[in-house]
Amino acid sequence: MALLPRATAQESWRSFKTAAWLGWQIESNWTAPFLFAVYSIVKPVAGALILVFMYVVVAQGGLDHPLFPQIFVGNAFYIYVGGVLMGVSWAVIDDREHYGMLKYLYAAPLDIYAYLLGRGVAKAIVSTIAVAVTLLFGALALGLKVSPARVDWAFLLVAWALGLLGLAFLGVLLGGVTLITARHNYYIGEAVAGALYLLCGAVFPLDVLPKGLQLVGQALPLTYWLEALRRALLGRGAGALLAGLSDAQLLLILAGSTLALALLSTAVYRRAERLAKARGLLDMQTMY
Amino acid sequence: MAEFTLAVKTEELSRVYRVRRREARGGPREVVALDRVNLEVKRGELFGLLGPNGAGKTTLIKILTTLLTPTGGRAWVAGVDVVANPWEVRRHINMVSGGESSGYGLLTVEENLWMFAQFYGIDSKTARRRIRELLEVVGLADRARTKIYHLSTGMRQKMNFVRGFLTDPEILFLDEPTLGLDVQTARTLRRFIKDWLREHPDRTIVLTTHYMHEAEELCDRVAIIDRGRILACDTPQGLKRRLQREAVFRLRVASLPNPNAILRGVRGVRRVAHAERDGHVELQLVLDDEHALMPVLAAVQRANGRLLSLEKREPTLEDVFLRLVGRPLGDGHPQAQNQAQAQDPGGPR
Repeated sequence: MALLPRATAQESWRSFKTAAWLGWQIESNWTAPFLFAVYSIVKPVAGALILVFMYVVVAQGGLDHPLFPQIFVGNAFYIYVGGVLMGVSWAVIDDREHYGMLKYLYAAPLDIYAYLLGRGVAKAIVSTIAVAVTLLFGALALGLKVSPARVDWAFLLVAWALGLLGLAFLGVLLGGVTLITARHNYYIGEAVAGALYLLCGAVFPLDVLPKGLQLVGQALPLTYWLEALRRALLGRGAGALLAGLSDAQLLLILAGSTLALALLSTAVYRRAERLAKARGLLDMQTMY
Repeated sequence: MAEFTLAVKTEELSRVYRVRRREARGGPREVVALDRVNLEVKRGELFGLLGPNGAGKTTLIKILTTLLTPTGGRAWVAGVDVVANPWEVRRHINMVSGGESSGYGLLTVEENLWMFAQFYGIDSKTARRRIRELLEVVGLADRARTKIYHLSTGMRQKMNFVRGFLTDPEILFLDEPTLGLDVQTARTLRRFIKDWLREHPDRTIVLTTHYMHEAEELCDRVAIIDRGRILACDTPQGLKRRLQREAVFRLRVASLPNPNAILRGVRGVRRVAHAERDGHVELQLVLDDEHALMPVLAAVQRANGRLLSLEKREPTLEDVFLRLVGRPLGDGHPQAQNQAQAQDPGGPR
């Protein structure tokens, strides 16, 4: 089925796969392969070390504390939020203001929604490498106990895929906002990612938040995503607030919220697109 | 739906840009970019839109390529309404804008072009063959494997030009395709445009330009546009025939302070444009007929202007533009580069 009216499935598919190819070229071609490999390892490890430093030295927590694996895994998977969500929405700014190509894309028979999702694929691949490196570093250097034999792989895979899809749809939604604002919208994306980091329980259980923020956190699909990933990898989730939900309920919530995000992001993007065409913003170059 | 014999049709097409209060700074809150434009471009035509910067050419192209919504009127491309069904329009068109250096810098020339061919559903084998052929034509074949951040602006522009033709579109919009290019490259591209249409007589090109000679050399028909309005639309010959009864002269005068004031009210003078060039003043005159020349020379003499040369010319599109608009075409034209000014001196008609 085509993602937007009038695009055929074939057009949507070729928009998606060509955009994925383009995204990968942009992600991987900026330096020599060796440096790219080094960057792909050093960046997530450095990120993990910052967290560990804050946890051990500043908060004086122990690596053998039951909370540590929860924090570490939540933080590791949060890499996807920055990568996929920001990557998809940033493609709009990049194509419009940096490469000056958005108007040519819009004049071509391509499905822009599928195109944006395609641009997110490369970010998802790079983020997957970073998450894997972080988890490996945690297991080898910090004693993180993740036993492959005890991981619920099916649960992990389904939850992981649903969460990634949800993030990509959220990225398209942000991309719509980007379409009708200027280059500085990058900061809106950063602000959203920062707020989600606080509210979805990436680095602490939701239970420690004030009641009001707990409710906000419980309304976020990301909260359930991280909970599902922790359960699949570590055998149990973080905190008591979500403990009452079964694994099946978690997946149901994730599936429902992903579907809702797909519909919402389509509606928001189409509305933004209409506004951008009415205001003449599709080829805007703000030079900010 | 517009007739299928037409590649492009517009009816009372208008576009008004609203300016935010804080950006208007006391100026007008609305800018009329297109004012009830009616156009018909036949299939197989090379149709030119000729006008100065800010005339509304690019706005019109943006609407026709579905990038901008009109605020009034309607437009059809390939018989399809651009507002009601933009998706269908995009299957029939391609566009190239000149004077910009867009492209994905980390990709090679070939990769950039191949990628766009994919978006249009052209298979890789055909795409690579066309890319090779087209790059050869524009003299960029040896740069096919070069990442485009290594290319000069002109080379990038050539690449974008190729991108437009690569998809073999039914209707191609070329927005100032030779803007900023050197003479030789611009000539190569113009020759290619002519050859391409000769080989593909069922294709249509809509070209905007502010280069008179480009419009004259390439276009089957030309619409002269200024301040959002179409002032005339005809073949270049047809437009020039409008000045057949009038006389066009070029005068070089050693010095002549304020020519407009001097020639204001001289009987038979329809339009005057003047420019400082190499220490003398060059006057372009559109006169009612040759008899009006003597009073002009007398007025120049009274103002102590020393005549260096006098030339009677066949009318050009520049003269047509001057006659219709009352000023020379603007930047890009030699007169403009020499601080050209023009006015209707208000003489008798």
